[in-house]
Amino acid sequence: MKKVDTVKFRTASADVARQALVSVSAIVIALLLGMGLIALMNISPVKAFSALIEGAFGSKNSVGETLVKMTPLLFTGMSYAIANRCGLTNLGMEGQMYIGAMFAAYAGINISGLPPVLHVFLCIVLGFIGGGIWCLIAGALKVWFGASEIIVTVMLNTVAIFLIEYMVTSGPMLEPPGTVTGQSSPVLDSARLGTLIPGTRSHWGFVIALFFIFLFWLFLWKSKKGYEVRVSGYNLQAAAYSGINTKRNILLVTFLAGGLAGLAGVCEVLGVQGRLYASFSPGYGFDGIAVALIGMNSPIGIVVGALLFGAFRSGGNRMQMRAQVPDAIVSVIQAFVIIAVVASQMVLEIWNEHRLKKLQQSKEA
Amino acid sequence: MSTVLEMKHICKVFPGVVANSDVCLQVEKGEVHTLLGENGAGKSTLMNCLCGLYRPTSGEILIEGKPVEFSSARDAMAIGIGMVHQHFMLIPTMTVVENCLIGAHDGNKMRLDLKTAADHIRKLAEKYHMSIDPNAKVGDLSVGERQRVEIIKALFRGARILILDEPTAVLTPQETEELFNMIRSLTSNGFTVLFISHKLNEVKEISDRVTVLRLGRVCGTYNIQDCEASDLARMMVGRDIDLSIERKTQQRSEVLLSISHLTLDSEGGKTRDLDDICLEVHAGEILGIAGVDGNGQSELVDCLTGLKKATSGSAHFKELDLLKCSTRKIMSHGLSHIPQDRQHTGLIMPMTLMENFILQDYYRPEFGKFGMLDQKVVNEYSNRLIHDFGVKTPSRFELAQNLSGGNQQKVIIAREISRNPDLLVAMHPTRGLDVGAIEYIHKKIVEQRDSGIGILLVSTEIEEVMKLSDRVAVMYEGRIMGIVKPSETSVEELGLMMGGMPLTQIRKSA
Amino acid sequence: MEFLSTFAGWTATDIRLATPLLLAGLGLLLMNLAGILNIGAEGTMLIATLMAVVGSYYTGSVWLGMLFAMASGALVGLLFAFLTVTLRANQVVVGAAVNILGSGLSATLFRILFGVSANVPLIDVFENCSIPVLSDIPFFGEAFFRQMPLVYIAFLMVPLTSYYLFHTQSGLNLRAVGENPRAADTLGINVYRTQYLSIIVGSMIIAMGGAFMSTGLTKFFSEEMVSGRGFIALAAVIFGRYKPSGIMLAAIVFMAGTVAGNVLLASSSQIPYQFLTMLPYILTIVVLATFAKSAVSPAELGKAYKRG
Repeated sequence: MKKVDTVKFRTASADVARQALVSVSAIVIALLLGMGLIALMNISPVKAFSALIEGAFGSKNSVGETLVKMTPLLFTGMSYAIANRCGLTNLGMEGQMYIGAMFAAYAGINISGLPPVLHVFLCIVLGFIGGGIWCLIAGALKVWFGASEIIVTVMLNTVAIFLIEYMVTSGPMLEPPGTVTGQSSPVLDSARLGTLIPGTRSHWGFVIALFFIFLFWLFLWKSKKGYEVRVSGYNLQAAAYSGINTKRNILLVTFLAGGLAGLAGVCEVLGVQGRLYASFSPGYGFDGIAVALIGMNSPIGIVVGALLFGAFRSGGNRMQMRAQVPDAIVSVIQAFVIIAVVASQMVLEIWNEHRLKKLQQSKEA
Repeated sequence: MSTVLEMKHICKVFPGVVANSDVCLQVEKGEVHTLLGENGAGKSTLMNCLCGLYRPTSGEILIEGKPVEFSSARDAMAIGIGMVHQHFMLIPTMTVVENCLIGAHDGNKMRLDLKTAADHIRKLAEKYHMSIDPNAKVGDLSVGERQRVEIIKALFRGARILILDEPTAVLTPQETEELFNMIRSLTSNGFTVLFISHKLNEVKEISDRVTVLRLGRVCGTYNIQDCEASDLARMMVGRDIDLSIERKTQQRSEVLLSISHLTLDSEGGKTRDLDDICLEVHAGEILGIAGVDGNGQSELVDCLTGLKKATSGSAHFKELDLLKCSTRKIMSHGLSHIPQDRQHTGLIMPMTLMENFILQDYYRPEFGKFGMLDQKVVNEYSNRLIHDFGVKTPSRFELAQNLSGGNQQKVIIAREISRNPDLLVAMHPTRGLDVGAIEYIHKKIVEQRDSGIGILLVSTEIEEVMKLSDRVAVMYEGRIMGIVKPSETSVEELGLMMGGMPLTQIRKSA
Repeated sequence: MEFLSTFAGWTATDIRLATPLLLAGLGLLLMNLAGILNIGAEGTMLIATLMAVVGSYYTGSVWLGMLFAMASGALVGLLFAFLTVTLRANQVVVGAAVNILGSGLSATLFRILFGVSANVPLIDVFENCSIPVLSDIPFFGEAFFRQMPLVYIAFLMVPLTSYYLFHTQSGLNLRAVGENPRAADTLGINVYRTQYLSIIVGSMIIAMGGAFMSTGLTKFFSEEMVSGRGFIALAAVIFGRYKPSGIMLAAIVFMAGTVAGNVLLASSSQIPYQFLTMLPYILTIVVLATFAKSAVSPAELGKAYKRG
């Protein structure tokens, strides 16, 4: 009966450790598969991957690029994760990001005479609210009409993208005199996020993102509302038994999730592009799903996931130049990672079920 | 009359539990044979073995003298055994015909001949005195009609032996009469009906013979004419109850909970889940609610704890009318609730013990100000509860799902009792637990009572209810059959009440 | 008369544009009714668009190219089915992964196989195929009967799918699985096998839609050419109330908006065309909000089934 004794010392942290280990192994397997795919293209995988790593971390510039790519992923990862913690699926990060960007750009362009800190702060607040409202629509429709937030958020993505496209091609935010379409006027200098690592494109948005990671942790694990959200996400029946108002929490969480994704847009506009472009996102929204998944919806995990995927994106360029591997292969590897992590998590869950069943048997006997 | 079905020495063992032990059943063709027993007697398990959902651990099943083995529900259906479960297996958005045809495998496999099937169904329905419209959407039908669809579905697939699992649990008296007419019509045409029930008056009315099960074993098989309801009640429940438990004599003190004419209409509105319930719980008293599961006990607790909205009536606890308050308000005014399902309601399995301990009280100012949780307070609280209640766990960080059933229940009890309630509602507090855990929980409940707390104890275990309660109310079909003191009643009386006879009637004829 | 001819032309365009949407929608419907929510139609179509071109390029036959695309769809479906049915992984996450995979794989393979040259190779593509007699009818002839063969096939699939779903035993069993897998299980239906088949066959039909885009609508592949059709297909299923005829209607209505938008764009009018292209998505949200309570979608859509 040795198994029963070892079980005695299992704690919550051991469960998490096991999950993390499984995820890491899955990522390794995915990377190996990616290397295999590259080899199939008659290109040396070692050459390709060393180029990738160099492109992501090799120089000051590379690190800067990685931070640039990481920033929006931190936000969209948090966005998906906070909704997921409440039992909701938010697929609208892309759209919420665009709306947030639009609000921030508007405030950045049109409000003058403010000291930089205040101006940036205002843009952040407005961007958060904009993105928040965009996701709140889905939350409200779910609470009042029972509409699936999965579909509504996806639909709102396209609406948002087209809305912004309109705004900067023939609409009110088009940069005068209108000869170059697809972009807005530049935001005022007082709204720009300063450079983080001198000589690179990296900006203070990264620090802001890390700050929000802290807030994310604080909210979900240290606040009473966050506790309610996590309970609802695990077990709606228990939440009702405790008297938690799940409907109100859905509205709150969708607003927060949208706001976080909106901040991704805010930082892109204020930190990287300096103005609002029509299609500025290469898919940061959907990458957020992968980041949250790998990060197991937890703060440190999201940082790791964002780092991984940010590195992929920034290193991909170098890999294409050096090893002639199309940088689109990065998406393929990303997909491998998601699939491997998901598969491994499910295999672990199935194994866990067997283990718990045996545990109950031996304890009730 | 020939023997159509025989189950010989059937044993069914689950991990840790013996559900059926050496069960022998013999059913004649064309009879209505009832399986009688309380919760946990093993009736459903036995029938699940018969209809192919479970494999018996040992023993054999003979159909018309020939041994058979089922590896799935389909095999049983092919031999002619059809089961109508308590929870219907129907698809509301499809029509009656479509529901009957799902998975059917006869004749032209490709084309779905709805018209012929509809005609066939209509003829079957007429023949056996059931009125059903084959083209009606199941979702539009009443509960009674849906049950008829389930029966027709079984007949349509060629069932000759029908198993009905507690069929009248969801029916009005009129619908029950209609059902019985159908059954009589079927048996006169050579069908055999196995009827599972705990309702004595119905059993008396419809059965030819009855087999009583208790704790997984057969007590006996009898012709219904040779039995009185009291005989059946005694066999169903019968054993000497050990009433010895240390408790202080109760002083009758003030009324804590006063339930007055509480009524809850069921969904669909045709029957009542709760019918004019009037009860009182005093401080320092344990009021036990006995009865077979499914007679309104869950609904009563749900109404009292704000989880369901009652149709009419009132339930006053201190100055609150529980029926008009939210769960949060009720819980914060001195009511604690040990729910019937510890895994799906009482605990959040993937969360740590400390997070589970604060489930009912986290919002209170003691646990943190400005909307934040004070981790130190939570830690101290958790450690104290673990220590005081002897929860076997390495630490408060342990996930609830890693604890044994008994310890999980201890966590809930620790939480609910430590809130210093004035009224404790406990439903099935010892279900699925080992003897040691049961004893501990009983001790705790009596302790609470002795210190002046009022307790509403809902349980299907007659022994438990008799042992702990100062008074016992028996529920049947949403009504109170009677309220008695354990010392002033007998198991026979309780059994009769659980089976549907009001106390007044029992005592009149005594 | 002039206007009628133009209008006929618009209608023909509408129908042509609606075809990939219709095919994707029918494929998704098959899966949805079996309880599977697949948001990965976009990725499936992307891979299929490339495979159709590759197949046509190397075999010289556009039909073989389409078969090639359908085979790729089957493989993607197999992967999706393994993850969501056998491993019971979250269908939405897997769908998102398929989208990312499709985007990356199609772009990568394209660049490897065809390089980055500016020349577009000539491949065998679908050509307009007028139906004799019918194509000479004024207005209707030009609108409906001078289309590419895959268009006719797609629209014929509407009554075929309808018949399969609502008038065959197999279709009934499939729908039962999506509504109540446990009941279907007790009635002897193999839930896992039904879901696997619906996903694989559905993915093949979705792939047909992708193939049509690159070898019918355009004459070659370009990256991200599916540009959201996969998601509109999802909307079409919901807007069409989970019926093949409804999906057909949805596809036509949605693409009418695009056609109108293009007309506006060409005529350099003041109305921004983006609002028209947004319309399908907004309409779908309205439909969801209005009809969610009346539950037209399969009861167990999106939930993994565990036996026993």
